[in-house]
Amino acid sequence: MTVREVALEAYRESLPVLALSAVGGLFAGVVLGGMDAELQDVAGLLVLVPALLATRGNVYGSLGARLGSALHQGLIDPTFSFDDDRINAAVAAALANGVLISGVAAVMAVALLALVGRPSAPLTTLVAIALIAGFVSGLLLTIAVVSVVFVGYRRGLNPDTLAGPVVTTTGDVVGIATLLGATRLVLALGGG
Amino acid sequence: MAEFASQWSVSGIVRTMFPILVVLTAIELGSGLVLDTFEGTLLQYPSLLVLVPVTIGMAGNLGSILAARFSTAFHLGLLSFAATDDRLAGNAIATVALAVTLFPLVGAGAWLLQAVIGGTALPLRTVVLVALVSGSLLAVLAIVVTTVTTYAAYRFELDPDDVVIPVVTNVCDVLGVVVLFGAVRVFV
Repeated sequence: MTVREVALEAYRESLPVLALSAVGGLFAGVVLGGMDAELQDVAGLLVLVPALLATRGNVYGSLGARLGSALHQGLIDPTFSFDDDRINAAVAAALANGVLISGVAAVMAVALLALVGRPSAPLTTLVAIALIAGFVSGLLLTIAVVSVVFVGYRRGLNPDTLAGPVVTTTGDVVGIATLLGATRLVLALGGG
Repeated sequence: MAEFASQWSVSGIVRTMFPILVVLTAIELGSGLVLDTFEGTLLQYPSLLVLVPVTIGMAGNLGSILAARFSTAFHLGLLSFAATDDRLAGNAIATVALAVTLFPLVGAGAWLLQAVIGGTALPLRTVVLVALVSGSLLAVLAIVVTTVTTYAAYRFELDPDDVVIPVVTNVCDVLGVVVLFGAVRVFV
């Protein structure tokens, strides 16, 4: 293949996925843009945003890849069932990782802000927000990933190419929206 | 068989993945700190705040798509690490072309959405310019990071599928914020 052919093929194959994730990212941005009051009320919340968004991609993208590989290998049946130990373990591990790392991210963010001498909301506030957002977004993204992987596989689509874009598109929107919800909830309960 | 069973147990998956997640989170908090230092500007001009997740996401995606293509070419024995390599050059050109196509649209989209919802304080051309310059620079950085990481994986005999994509995606995320910060400083 010539340079031109390689470039054209790569461009054509990637453009739809990137365009789709750009749309998802813009909607996530709109929610973030509407969060200005919360960002001002909870110092240090913005520090958490990239870490929490990346976690969603890392954890639930990996869940999608794991389920996709298992389907290809015939380790799990293409019909979803709550009785399948492998699926249950994969989902439980993803949720555990997702919630745990969100809490750890909040602790690390508070420590980092203290280290560089920047203002930060109390540790309990940021940890509570991160844990609630981590749990709710985890549930929503698990449902999204599991449905797309299984439905896609049954319709003859490759779950490997499906799970990635779905997680990158929905992950940002779900990640920011749940962060906003969790922040409002914690502020209403008197934290902050 | 024991090894196989551990891959599908909750504690096995958590034990393998959690340490990696902690490292990646530490990297991402670095970019969070950069965001925090220009929070004032972002809150003053919400159309820039709208650009934050999409810039991070697009930077990571440009890197991860390139990394996936390099990994596959590498596994098939089709990739050599020379500047004259057709596959390397072709994918690099495509990455820049994708960024130049999509980032101006992303900038215009961010401006438009914010104009509809809350009104904007910045002119359209400034937001488009910030997005285009950030995107072009990010494409070049994504190419450098992906090539270096894939080459490192090859030298250390690691499977590029396991190593390159998480490293590239998260490093590009961080670079997304840093480059956006730079573009905002220059143009706003």
